[in-house]
Amino acid sequence: MRSFVRTHATEVSLLAVIVAISAVLSVSTANFFSLGNAFDLLNISSVNIIFAVGLLVVLIAGGIDISFAVAASVVQYGTAIALGWIGGGGWISGLLIAGSLGVLLGATNAFLIHRFKVISIVATISTFNIYFGLLMFFTKGVSIYDLPDWLTDRVILFEHEMPDGTWIEITLPVLVMVICVIATWVLITRTTTGRQLYAFGDNPEGARRFGINIGAMQFIAFGWLGLMAGIGGLIQAHYAQEVVPNALYGRELDVLAAVVLGGARLGGGKGSVLGCVLGVLLISITQNGLNLMGVSPFAFKMIIGAIILVAITLSNTRIERLLPFVSQKGTGR
Amino acid sequence: MHQLATAGGGEKPLLSLSDINMTFGGVKALKNVSFDVRPGEVHCLAGENGCGKSTLIKIITGVYRPADGASIEFDGETYSHMSPVTAQDRGIQVIWQDLALFPEMSVAENIAFQTVLGRWPKLVDYGRMRKIAEDALARLGVTLDVDLPLKEYAIAQRQIVAIARALVGEARLVFMDEPTASLTQSETDHLLDIVRGLSAAGVAVVFVSHRLAEVLEISSRITVLRDGALVGVYPAAGMTQSRITELMTGKTFDQQVRAKPRDGQPVVLDVKGLSRPGQFEDVSLTVHRGETLGITGLLGAGRTELALTLFGMLKPASGTIALEGKPVRFSSNRDAIAAGVAYLSEDRLSLGLIQPQSIADNLVISSLDKILAGGLLSEDRKGSLVGRWIADLGVKIGLQQDAISTLSGGNQQRVAIAKWLATDPKLLILDAPTVGVDVGARAGIFDIVARLAESGLAIILISDEVPEVYFNADRVLHMAQGRIVGNYDPRSASLAEIEGAVYA
Repeated sequence: MRSFVRTHATEVSLLAVIVAISAVLSVSTANFFSLGNAFDLLNISSVNIIFAVGLLVVLIAGGIDISFAVAASVVQYGTAIALGWIGGGGWISGLLIAGSLGVLLGATNAFLIHRFKVISIVATISTFNIYFGLLMFFTKGVSIYDLPDWLTDRVILFEHEMPDGTWIEITLPVLVMVICVIATWVLITRTTTGRQLYAFGDNPEGARRFGINIGAMQFIAFGWLGLMAGIGGLIQAHYAQEVVPNALYGRELDVLAAVVLGGARLGGGKGSVLGCVLGVLLISITQNGLNLMGVSPFAFKMIIGAIILVAITLSNTRIERLLPFVSQKGTGR
Repeated sequence: MHQLATAGGGEKPLLSLSDINMTFGGVKALKNVSFDVRPGEVHCLAGENGCGKSTLIKIITGVYRPADGASIEFDGETYSHMSPVTAQDRGIQVIWQDLALFPEMSVAENIAFQTVLGRWPKLVDYGRMRKIAEDALARLGVTLDVDLPLKEYAIAQRQIVAIARALVGEARLVFMDEPTASLTQSETDHLLDIVRGLSAAGVAVVFVSHRLAEVLEISSRITVLRDGALVGVYPAAGMTQSRITELMTGKTFDQQVRAKPRDGQPVVLDVKGLSRPGQFEDVSLTVHRGETLGITGLLGAGRTELALTLFGMLKPASGTIALEGKPVRFSSNRDAIAAGVAYLSEDRLSLGLIQPQSIADNLVISSLDKILAGGLLSEDRKGSLVGRWIADLGVKIGLQQDAISTLSGGNQQRVAIAKWLATDPKLLILDAPTVGVDVGARAGIFDIVARLAESGLAIILISDEVPEVYFNADRVLHMAQGRIVGNYDPRSASLAEIEGAVYA
């Protein structure tokens, strides 16, 4: 247990902060502490968690991606059009098309980064603008409301009325999110490819000397994020029941903040799926709590920005010193 | 003058190279080099930076391909060149100077990293990984928690992890590139024991090190390269450090104690009872005008902390510092610089110099106020200030605008010294000024130090290599566990006496 606390200091402290905030919110608001609200949070956070685990893989491999959220919008439009061509389709064909388009857009980033040696932040700021510009140009900013019925109908996999009258629901986005989370976890912790990604992010030159295929690493990392962006984009369209070109614009920074909050390091080699999910949940819970407390939505960003700042400062430096048993080092310096 | 060693006699070599030529962009990096290693021997590859040692290692391990006509014979098979895969399969391993480890990953993964290699994804077998790592560490007689991230361990343990990794693949020949560069003496001793153990187990080790004392201690034969050509192969028995230095540089150096009495000169620095709990206790010392005070001791003895305190970057808990008779309290190193204290950092690469910036910008960074004209930086003044110091310290440069990273270690160190001299200091603290500097260039740096002292500068010279302070300082203080435990005069004390006390 101690060694878990020590090697997962970020996750443990995030969990502690989530518990603390939840405790405060349950006392100060009537509705927060209900299973119904908890499942609502999960439903709302699903898309961001899907994006986040994708971005996590890129961060672990030492890159960064600013373009994935607008890429998801491009995927939404592309998928809607492709589904029109094939005459409606269904969930399977929809996910396949969205996933493939996403991988294609992610691979474009990897190609620019690997082939032309453009650093990832510059490459993806460029593709962010290109993707978004193309989208606005071709759609003229027009939304699509005429989506296939299967895509806009809510899919409730499980529902149950609680004694207090609230409903707990597990919807399709949650299922997809859970599958994406597990798949990412398997990829980065249980496969040799995942460990090569970590190694590449941690020490690129060391990885190169072992003969790790650097190009493949870039394509796998950005391709995986593209896949997650594609799937997340389709799920977001399902959730919102419409496709709006700028609906996801700006989402990239929220997700990035949550992933970094979850312990991933800009620079590579570090980050976990658990931390990443907790990072997204912490932000959702805070937002939800502020909502229930009646705080003006205009103050949300400011408060969340402050929380990220405090949490990252704590997890980087102080947590180990605050918990004496964590900082005890058996060996080493 | 190819002189073949006779030690050991007619044993068949494990590795034998001949006619190795290598050219980089028109420059011949290796000229007709031959090299051989016998099974289980510890063989030292000696030579100054840029002599072709690393190139040779990279050819043997398949990173580079030598020019046509080369022959590489390993354990009965002949190759015209190696590939990294073949080299690994045949049991040739390298421990690079920068270790090429993954600090965020666990010790087990670092050691058993080869289990996650491969083109196609497989599931990771953490149990097997842990077992491989524990077995490899057990062979070295070391216990580490293999589940902890490597970053939790200090450099000495990381070095051991790198060795353990090299042993995983049934190594028959291990190259160690400067394995002791960042180790203390006791850690080095432990490493040398490990090398002896490997050798006894039949693994041949090729050892590359700047520290000639340990080269003589550990190796049975020494191959010396100079300017890409083979100088010769010599048995270690009967060799001396000065002889190796001569062979490496082609010049002769006679080291003589430079100490002179300086007591008659006015006191520049007077420190009384200086303490920082946990780092150093009750340190009192004086440095006179023109005097070089050597401070030696093992890593962790508190030398660097003491230096940083004199430089105003750490605050003392108690005690006083007086400069030229006036008590001073520095609230930051800006105060210290203004008062005439200069500190040459022990970590030149990351702290002392800004690598991508130009030589000129690096040199003036601490004395920008001296090159102002009408409140703005003047390129003319900068050029003349830089030109003066470059000439004065004999720095070999192309253009002042070239990046500092284009210079050799010795020349970079000269620029670092010039940077501080440009601030007109009264006291210059040199912390490990020869780390990463070649033997030949070291002598040049100490010549500069001696000249600066003659011109009246007070100098504190910190080094964990006792001979450096012994030959170059007027007095030597020995620091251990934060206290000054010995005070020697090199004119009356012997080197062996001080080394005995420090390395005990």
